[in-house]
Amino acid sequence: MQKFTQLTSTIVPLPNEDVDTDQIIPARFLKATTRDGFGENLFRDWRFHPDGSPKQDFVLNNPTHGGAVLAAGRNFGCGSSREHAAWALYDYGFRVVVSSFFADIFRGNALNNGLLPLQVSPAFLHQIFTAVAQDPTTVLSVDLEQQIVRIGADGPQEQFDIDPFRKVCMLNGYDDIDYLLSMKEEIEDFEQAAQP
Amino acid sequence: MAAKTLFDKIWEAHVVKPVEGGQDVLYIDRHLIHEVTSPQAFDGLRQRGIPVFRPAQTIATADHNVPTLHQHLPIVEPLSRFQVDKLTENCREFGIELYGLGHAWQGIVHVIGPELGITQPGMTIVCGDSHTSTHGAFGTIAFGIGTSQVEQVLATQCLLQKKPKRMRITVDGTLASGVTAKDIILHIIAQLSAAGATGYFVEYAGSAIRALSMEGRMTICNMSIEMGARGGLIAPDEVTFEYVRNREFAPKGSDWEKALQYWQTLHSDPDAVFDQEYYIQAEDIAPMVTYGTNPGMGIPVDGAIPQVSAEGGASFEKSLEYMGFAPGEKMLGKTVDYVFIGSCTNSRIEDLRLAAAYVKGKYKAPNVRAMVVPGSKQVEQQAKAEGLDRIFAEAGFEFREPGCSACLAMNEDKVPAGKYCVSTSNRNFEGRQGPGARTILAGPLMAAAAAIAGKIVDVRA
Repeated sequence: MQKFTQLTSTIVPLPNEDVDTDQIIPARFLKATTRDGFGENLFRDWRFHPDGSPKQDFVLNNPTHGGAVLAAGRNFGCGSSREHAAWALYDYGFRVVVSSFFADIFRGNALNNGLLPLQVSPAFLHQIFTAVAQDPTTVLSVDLEQQIVRIGADGPQEQFDIDPFRKVCMLNGYDDIDYLLSMKEEIEDFEQAAQP
Repeated sequence: MAAKTLFDKIWEAHVVKPVEGGQDVLYIDRHLIHEVTSPQAFDGLRQRGIPVFRPAQTIATADHNVPTLHQHLPIVEPLSRFQVDKLTENCREFGIELYGLGHAWQGIVHVIGPELGITQPGMTIVCGDSHTSTHGAFGTIAFGIGTSQVEQVLATQCLLQKKPKRMRITVDGTLASGVTAKDIILHIIAQLSAAGATGYFVEYAGSAIRALSMEGRMTICNMSIEMGARGGLIAPDEVTFEYVRNREFAPKGSDWEKALQYWQTLHSDPDAVFDQEYYIQAEDIAPMVTYGTNPGMGIPVDGAIPQVSAEGGASFEKSLEYMGFAPGEKMLGKTVDYVFIGSCTNSRIEDLRLAAAYVKGKYKAPNVRAMVVPGSKQVEQQAKAEGLDRIFAEAGFEFREPGCSACLAMNEDKVPAGKYCVSTSNRNFEGRQGPGARTILAGPLMAAAAAIAGKIVDVRA
């Protein structure tokens, strides 16, 4: 997993609420057996017509907006547990998704892939959308170490929460699996003790 | 000793070690895998050069991708075939039992676990599928995980997890005639919203829950994720024990007696405290249908689609526009093009019996294509033994072979763009049943009635 420490980037606004993982990556694109290339079909049916031509009114097809930060409405990533949703966002180039509320499984999947699910207050999220609407070149600065997110060079800022264990993993690029593998003996002891 | 919830009791029994920062190393008793979310996990093991730690606690089946006709023939769609073949190869290489196509126990992963007795009270169960919450019906902690976590469980039989908060939803009273378990859970989600239980694990309790069969309880727990909960569970009781007894992998003889003794301790203590509690009166629940594009957008079948709320108005409008509905409209009488009876929510024998009893001697409306997809080979065989397949055929319904099918349309079973499908599945998201498809969620009885009438009707009428 890639490390995440800090990032300053322009913002792609997607104010829709309850964006489910079927929208992020529709089920028919889950047939790959590797982790690569899902970005091509990110938001497939919002982004393209059935004939493959781009839908001009969708934000990813709007040249005004771009960047490594996706700002989305509340309850982002609800629905299916498909990690392909996190892979698709990352593969497309996003490194941070900012929302006022994330679905549980998506949050975990994102953190396991170096994609920061950044939860802010509804008011702060509103400020982000307003700032981007006024000036699409507005940047968002995220400092994971300090747990601070700021709009623009000297705009409003907010402290954000992240599980301390997950923070260490993100900052250092650690996978859970390395940690769990280092615990083999304790796991075997647990199995022995749990035997009836 | 402090009073504990059922959830606390099972969780604490599975903590290998608490980790700094509020996470626990949680031991997983059973790991279910399928073809879609596992290949990258096996690749990860290969790259690290490590084996599956406890292959005997891992069970595989092919369900998401499989065709529901001619399963004895090679899969036509090349990508699906490749993925299913990959699962077979991976299971062979890593020593995992596979109930794949052609096996008498093949079926939807959340149908076969319980029916084989793999799912037992007090266990922790995970699967790379959000509807793993289904198994909570047996008093287990069961939840969906991502592929990185599938790899972790394959490698170590453990996960790093933060303990969720506890919620209890009590449903007391008696359901009206024509109201089923599906209506209870659609009613609950409509009350709490699609995000209302995020961060929680839900215990369902109360006399209306107790009165349900295991099939009904599975339907309820299955949809816990649709209100954001990681999982839901129900304390095991005589109904549970009778269901598990004598199943293939259930404990036998003195092991059974010992297990039963433990299982009888699995309930929330009377004074256990929950972080959040809701009470629902069963008599207030009507047959439900959804009108929008998330499972929280449900109303009683005789109700009207709500007006746009100030908050989240744009998303609500977008949703109605997708569905081709307007605020204030009635759902009763809406024309239906497709009916799908199946999925891990409602494809068990009881669901099929309920639908068959309604359609017996009737014939589907000419404008409707109706499909029944049993949840497993065993359900399919049982239905045939009871003559349900003939009843469906005589009513103009297609009776197919088991798989996830039109619930997520990864195989050929798709609903065309713009068409309305009354579906017994769990998600009405945009495009879930095929690009542009419009899904109306309902229970099996309501779905059967819609197929016969060719429109949304109230089964109570």
